[in-house]
Amino acid sequence: MEFFDIFVSILGSAVRLSVPLLFTALAGLFSERAGVFDIGLEGKMLAAAFASACAAYVTDSAWMGLLAGIGVSIVFSLVHGFASITNRGNQIVSGVALNFIALGLTVVLGQAWFGQGGRTPQVSGEGRFTPIILPGADAMREVPIIGPLYVNVISGNNILTYIAFLMVPIAWWVLFRTRFGLRLRAVGENPGAVDTAGISVAWMRYRAVIVAGFLCGFAGTYLSVAQSAAFIHNMSAGKGYIALAALIFAKWKPVPVMLACLLFGFLDAFANFMQGKSVPLIGEVPVQIFQAMPYILTCVLLAGFIGVARAPRAGGVPYVKER
Amino acid sequence: MTTASVPLPNWISYGLIPLLNLMLAFFFSGLVVWAIGENPLKALNFLIQGSLGRGDAIGFTLFYTTSFIFTGLSVAVAFHAGLFNIGSEGQAYVGGLGAALAALALDHYVPWYVTMPFAIAGAAIFGAAWALIPAWLQAKRGSHVVITTIMFNFIGAALMVYLLVNVFIVPGKMAPETRTFLPGGQLPKLDWLMGLFGLDQGPAPFNVSFLIALVMCYLVWLLIWRTKLGYEMRTLGISPSAAIYAGVPYVRTVIIAMLISGGLAGMMALNAVNGAAARLQVEFVAGAGFVGIAVSLMGRSHPVGIILAAFLFGILYQGGADLSFEMPSITRDMIVVIQGLVILFAGALEYMLRPTVVRIYQQFVKA
Amino acid sequence: MRPLHIRNSKGRRLSLDPSTVPAIELVGIDKKFGPVHANKNINLGVAKGTIHGIIGENGAGKSTLMSILYGFYQADQGEIRIGGRPTVIRDSQAAIAAGIGMVHQHFMLVENFTVIENITLGVEGGPLLGQSVDRARVELQRLEKEYGLEVDPDAVIEELPVGAQQRVEILKALYRGAEILILDEPTGALTPAEADHLFNVLRILRDQGKTIILITHKLREIMAITDTVSVMRRGEMVATRATAETTVEELAELMVGRRVLLRVEKGEANPGAVLLSVTNLTVKDSRGVTMVDNVSFEVKAGEIVGIAGVAGNGQSELLEAIAGIRKPTSGEILIDGQPVAGLDASRRRDLGLAHIPEDRHHMGLVLKFEEYENSILGYHRDPKYGRGALLDLDAIRADAEEKIAKYDIRPPNPRLKTANFSGGNQQKIVVAREIERDPKLLIVGQPTRGVDVGAIEFIHRRIIETRDAGKAVLLVSVELDEVRSLSDRILVMFAGRIVGEKTSDAGEQTLGLMMAGIAA
Repeated sequence: MEFFDIFVSILGSAVRLSVPLLFTALAGLFSERAGVFDIGLEGKMLAAAFASACAAYVTDSAWMGLLAGIGVSIVFSLVHGFASITNRGNQIVSGVALNFIALGLTVVLGQAWFGQGGRTPQVSGEGRFTPIILPGADAMREVPIIGPLYVNVISGNNILTYIAFLMVPIAWWVLFRTRFGLRLRAVGENPGAVDTAGISVAWMRYRAVIVAGFLCGFAGTYLSVAQSAAFIHNMSAGKGYIALAALIFAKWKPVPVMLACLLFGFLDAFANFMQGKSVPLIGEVPVQIFQAMPYILTCVLLAGFIGVARAPRAGGVPYVKER
Repeated sequence: MTTASVPLPNWISYGLIPLLNLMLAFFFSGLVVWAIGENPLKALNFLIQGSLGRGDAIGFTLFYTTSFIFTGLSVAVAFHAGLFNIGSEGQAYVGGLGAALAALALDHYVPWYVTMPFAIAGAAIFGAAWALIPAWLQAKRGSHVVITTIMFNFIGAALMVYLLVNVFIVPGKMAPETRTFLPGGQLPKLDWLMGLFGLDQGPAPFNVSFLIALVMCYLVWLLIWRTKLGYEMRTLGISPSAAIYAGVPYVRTVIIAMLISGGLAGMMALNAVNGAAARLQVEFVAGAGFVGIAVSLMGRSHPVGIILAAFLFGILYQGGADLSFEMPSITRDMIVVIQGLVILFAGALEYMLRPTVVRIYQQFVKA
Repeated sequence: MRPLHIRNSKGRRLSLDPSTVPAIELVGIDKKFGPVHANKNINLGVAKGTIHGIIGENGAGKSTLMSILYGFYQADQGEIRIGGRPTVIRDSQAAIAAGIGMVHQHFMLVENFTVIENITLGVEGGPLLGQSVDRARVELQRLEKEYGLEVDPDAVIEELPVGAQQRVEILKALYRGAEILILDEPTGALTPAEADHLFNVLRILRDQGKTIILITHKLREIMAITDTVSVMRRGEMVATRATAETTVEELAELMVGRRVLLRVEKGEANPGAVLLSVTNLTVKDSRGVTMVDNVSFEVKAGEIVGIAGVAGNGQSELLEAIAGIRKPTSGEILIDGQPVAGLDASRRRDLGLAHIPEDRHHMGLVLKFEEYENSILGYHRDPKYGRGALLDLDAIRADAEEKIAKYDIRPPNPRLKTANFSGGNQQKIVVAREIERDPKLLIVGQPTRGVDVGAIEFIHRRIIETRDAGKAVLLVSVELDEVRSLSDRILVMFAGRIVGEKTSDAGEQTLGLMMAGIAA
């Protein structure tokens, strides 16, 4: 059973590690499905993490933290929209710029406000999202196989984790079962069709990037007041880019996005577990292989070796009303 | 009709508007400084003093400038061919491997000037190699070079950490880095050059790489505006359809442009690895690859503009360190904010002011 | 309100009842784009329940007019009346509200959406799709039955044939309650069978009381389906006729107009060796539609062969295939006896090909380059412009200045950005570059499009001089006059095929009918 216990613990940690990826990749899903490429996901997540940690510390409420994280993240989205939708600037350049602004500003403000080298003060109690023990967890503990899975993987997560996984069907439903989603997807494929149907392309895209900001707010909050209890410098550490990779790997579809995030989360958890351990016959497997795996897999996919990843057709192209 | 098609004189398009964008970026930077309760003008003064006020400060400023020239040129060369290489960071990192291998192999036996050409070649070849797969994927498979170069930044970082931790680490030491190069593997400092101006650079790592960077500026200028290859790259970058008409080979041009771009990024390692640290360290690039994006955008992808923009960022990086010492409430990360704002205003929002400028210009012309 | 005056060629008032209010009426519509006067004082009225054709050559202003009707552009002057009521159409939403539906030449469909998703886009009927889509499905079935527009509502657009995609566009308009349907070049990408199907649908729509405006440059369609027809030429509405009382000949003449004939003095042709030989060439465009269909011909040294045809009948693709820009599906091209399959544009230049492309803005010039840089585009690898890897700027600029002087390019400044030259001077830059190469074979597309009169004459003379110097010239132009005055032999292209060959003294009408696919 030892092997199974290890497996369950890695799985539990994979779920927890995939949560920020999932929120962020879903954010990218909304933005890119509407034709606005977003490599500023990383920056939004980081800015949200900082805002959340600050607000949670000041108000001693994790929920206020979440609200602040969402708010700041949406402000970043609006700047991205202003540059790439209103001013038809380069979406990649705008994303790069916002990533830097978030990376620098969080530390500058953190130092100015708290004087702890860019860290925010620890939050505790109500200021944090803490694990929730689901009903029956204790009773299930002794049940073979299902028990440990229920206790360690399903139960014992914080509310944001459950929200993250709940967001997957919601995102699917919004994109494929509502008018908003229909128009959003249309604007990323053929903005001309949307325009001639009498719908504003710009406003549609703005709404999409606002949704992206909203979801990145959750991702950042998860990092700073759920997974940890404070903001630290560059705590997103490239997760925004892994989320972007997951989004491409999942070919811009909600349920595959979840699976890709779980896969990348699992790779991360497995790398942590394998650190310093040696495998029979092979010896010690370098953790860097697991760290690089999401990116390698995405490149292999982009090369067309695993099916074709077709990006939204109008992605990255500013819409110019023209005939 | 829209104002986008109104012709403006060159001095407005390439002088005034970029300058206004830059001023906006600095205005917002000042706003941040002001918001955290410090005086922006005083901060500016510390910044200038800290970067240009003393010999060693200038030495450090020029050291940073050197790195940014290399990465700025890297981004610019790809940009001329219509490619957005975000991978300079990773290419510089892997380029460090080539530079270090040359130094490690030769430093026992020969003086620095014999090692130098091998270090240059090593850095350029390894940097170019790291750009090759994204280049090939773009040229042959149509995978967007922006995405693949981002991915390769991370793959490169993982590779380098692995090599430093497991292969190059000095037995018995904790720090993941190579042994220190002997003088035969280092690039000497430019004390004599500073001496010409009556300056003493003290401990500043300003070194021969600076001269290599200037030579590269000249070579890039030559490449872009004086060679047939550069002509083809520019044709492809401005008008892909005219490139097909002219018979510019797409695959070859894309791959060569990316290789040159990667090679230039790799050469940034000469400055940091052979020039400053005398060893290969984890994360020695420290964001210089990304600064290259800002430098190239600001310098309008022209070597002269790149030198000026790299110098400006050199001032920011060196002066920012001093500033955070003088004003503890402002951390060094302020320069990252400024960098972001410069990219935002000089890059993503480059068209924002244009309609207003056109309107004012037209009124001016009419009057 | 102005009464509708429709007169036939004999000047007799037509039997249309002038007391009924036209479904749609344009009064004094005027539109300029900078120096281009796209629509000049257009007046038009279309009676309810009729099919009205608007015919004219490319660039006659048809599309601009329709864009104004659909709210893409605002007219500078004039008024649109719908059912007699002055209506301002500020955007497509206003057009939809006014009961105007548009079937664009390039379909405005989301390719990876289903038919029903495309039809309901913008008029979903509620924030949730489930029920509203079900309601749409019912309505769609009714429309399909009523108008014979059958498509599978759950099919994905990109998997449908072009004809079915067009039916989706029509359904989209009808679903929005369109009473006036505008179709812009609707048969461009259709097979003849699909086009016939479309015409049946249009007849049914008309009989049910819809008003249809059909924009086309195809005379056959006008005669086959319309009740009335207006002819546009160079931004003006030059005539309106009842279709039954006009003839193809009259329309062709009205379309082409009596232009100032730019006869160029030229001697007898003196054909020599075959320099271009095209055999069974077939070219498909990116959508897979056959644009050049099994075409064979030859061009000899010392002759100008002109290809006449209405734009869009495969001439552009033919030129691009010869130039090495577009890959043919099958067939062979020989330049000076050499097979050129697999050679890119630059290798073909090495064989003695020069190419003045149809579109100087996108192909022939890099507008951001300085003039001298464009003077070597495509020939930049020539040792004349620098040995080894380097360009010899002094030699290039001297060469550019020579051409500027010889071709009277103004302003005579090789350092000026190309975008800042006028259209005529830009074209001269291209012509100078290609002709001064002393090629064996010169292929020319639309040599004088957007070029002022003085430059036209100059360019025509250069082309003839090229012939007289013993070169082979292939000329493609939609300006029939140009083809007639320059060519020694004329090939007429229609629907991707060469439908006949004539000598240069062939009558305008004869050629016009051939271009319309009516006579061979």
